[in-house]
Amino acid sequence: MNLALLLDMAADAFGERLAVSCGGHGLSYAALRRAAHAAARQLAGGRFAHAALLDTNGLAPPVALFASAYAGVPYVPLNYRLTSAELEGLLRRVAPAWLVSPRAQLARLALPANVTPADPSALVAAAPLTEELAPEPSSDPGAIAIQLFTSGTTGTPKAAVLRHENIMAYVLGSVEFGAAGAEEAALVAVPPYHIAGISAVLSSTYCGRRIVMLPSFEPAEWLRLLGQERVTHAFVVPTMLVRIMDCLAQVPGRTSFPALRAIAYGGGRMPLAVIERALRVFPGVDFTNAYGLTETSATVCLLSPEDHRAAAASPDPQVRRRLGSVGKPLPSVEVQVRDAAGTVLSQQQSGMVFVRGAQVAGEYRGVGSLLDAAGWFATQDRGWVDAEGYLFLEGRADDLIVRGGENISPGEIEEVLLAHPAVADAVVVAVPSDQWGEAVGAVVVVRSGTTTSAEALQEWVRARLRSSRVPERVLFRSELPYNEMGKIPRRLVREELLSQD
Amino acid sequence: MRVIKPGLRLKSAVCSTEVMVIRAPAGEAQLSCGGVEMLAIGESPSAATPPDPAHAQGSLIGKRYVDAEERFELLCTKGGEGSLSLNGASLTVKQAKALPSSD
Repeated sequence: MNLALLLDMAADAFGERLAVSCGGHGLSYAALRRAAHAAARQLAGGRFAHAALLDTNGLAPPVALFASAYAGVPYVPLNYRLTSAELEGLLRRVAPAWLVSPRAQLARLALPANVTPADPSALVAAAPLTEELAPEPSSDPGAIAIQLFTSGTTGTPKAAVLRHENIMAYVLGSVEFGAAGAEEAALVAVPPYHIAGISAVLSSTYCGRRIVMLPSFEPAEWLRLLGQERVTHAFVVPTMLVRIMDCLAQVPGRTSFPALRAIAYGGGRMPLAVIERALRVFPGVDFTNAYGLTETSATVCLLSPEDHRAAAASPDPQVRRRLGSVGKPLPSVEVQVRDAAGTVLSQQQSGMVFVRGAQVAGEYRGVGSLLDAAGWFATQDRGWVDAEGYLFLEGRADDLIVRGGENISPGEIEEVLLAHPAVADAVVVAVPSDQWGEAVGAVVVVRSGTTTSAEALQEWVRARLRSSRVPERVLFRSELPYNEMGKIPRRLVREELLSQD
Repeated sequence: MRVIKPGLRLKSAVCSTEVMVIRAPAGEAQLSCGGVEMLAIGESPSAATPPDPAHAQGSLIGKRYVDAEERFELLCTKGGEGSLSLNGASLTVKQAKALPSSD
């Protein structure tokens, strides 16, 4: 079992279809395979322990991904937003390595001696030139396919390991081969070093949906490509969706995208106000919430388009709140919620979310498997399941605020703050408290043209939640420190709140 | 008869069909295509024979094939003229449950 099979099947069944395009250039499935074969011949033979990539979205990442699979060398896409020193540190960990990266990126690095650079454009240019076959890919399902360095906010990044059997379980279990119509196109705006950027390539290849690569997300360019490329499907993180809708609001007349059918979102918590707005801004579009982690080979739970519509239209608050849920597990995945002692909790009770299934890798280099004896993986997300089996997430276990022995999830307070008319954005973290151990702190962005005060927001929260939820400290900022995947490093927020003393 | 386990890839002895095992209970079984037992990917057929007309309804790339109890599941990775059977009983196409695209 090797993920190269996905491309082999696509190239055999619809080889002349366009697989991926970027900036006016493109590769068919057959050309993508030829380019991957040519690159695999450079890679194979035991010289390299890893095939690394340091590049933005384009034609080269899919070539490098499949070349690694053909050559049986783990693929390691790196985050180009890291500092030179951080990247050099990671390269030393993966050496001896092949490194696909443009000259502009390489220029800022002191490459370790046993790292061999390869030019992305040469990789792509090989597509029409070669007919030689790659070595027969390894059939060991337990071989490592992909290694992703997690964006850990403290200490050394951990290397999450995904084996061919994990990735293939996800793709084969969730995507129907060749199901996409010839007119379908998926716009990929998440970076190639993120699990969502990788799964987009694999799923699109297997279903035969052309990928339109956006090298670096920018809302106006995303909207331009949507029209120009007649995009039918897109994946975004919640912050991208907000920026897209803000951009759209400033361009009168550009509100209709007849080709667009579906937007999937994930990679961070979707505020209720944002998804409600999105359903109004894109009325005919199917929205899907996809919840997953690097360690689970992407999506494990889905809130389907039908769920979105039913929730949005329902007068029943129990149904309506499902707009804020991540939906139900994939047919091949199981979900459990456990308390701190490991007892499996019943519905409506909040605890740590565990997942199980063949796609769940739950493994780090040098650490080993974190699955328990029965195969369950602790996601480090807290949540609960409702009476119909919908999973609701409350936030990362680390982000939980423990105030006088009471567990408080930042998400519920953020949701209430975001519902205030003068609040454009908000993040809630734990701050130290002499009286309670921890207390609630909030950083708020005020909507332009409006004003509010700490006291007014505290009163707003007090009127809607228990008094323990009222932020003790409120700080106003012009923006929140999102990273490129739409996540806020809460440690930075906490430090900023504390530095105000 | 051979040990059938997930990940195992086999090819037809009589046509272009290839399959990968997705699910199988422990133990041995006889997987056939076109009425003739399938081969490991590296093996060569002993003689060039056409598929048995009783087992020539074809196999389709990308389809999943299951036995009546759905204990075995195969993914057809290359289509061909022969049809698939397990221990003499025909395998049928598993109806896929459509999931919305999540990436």
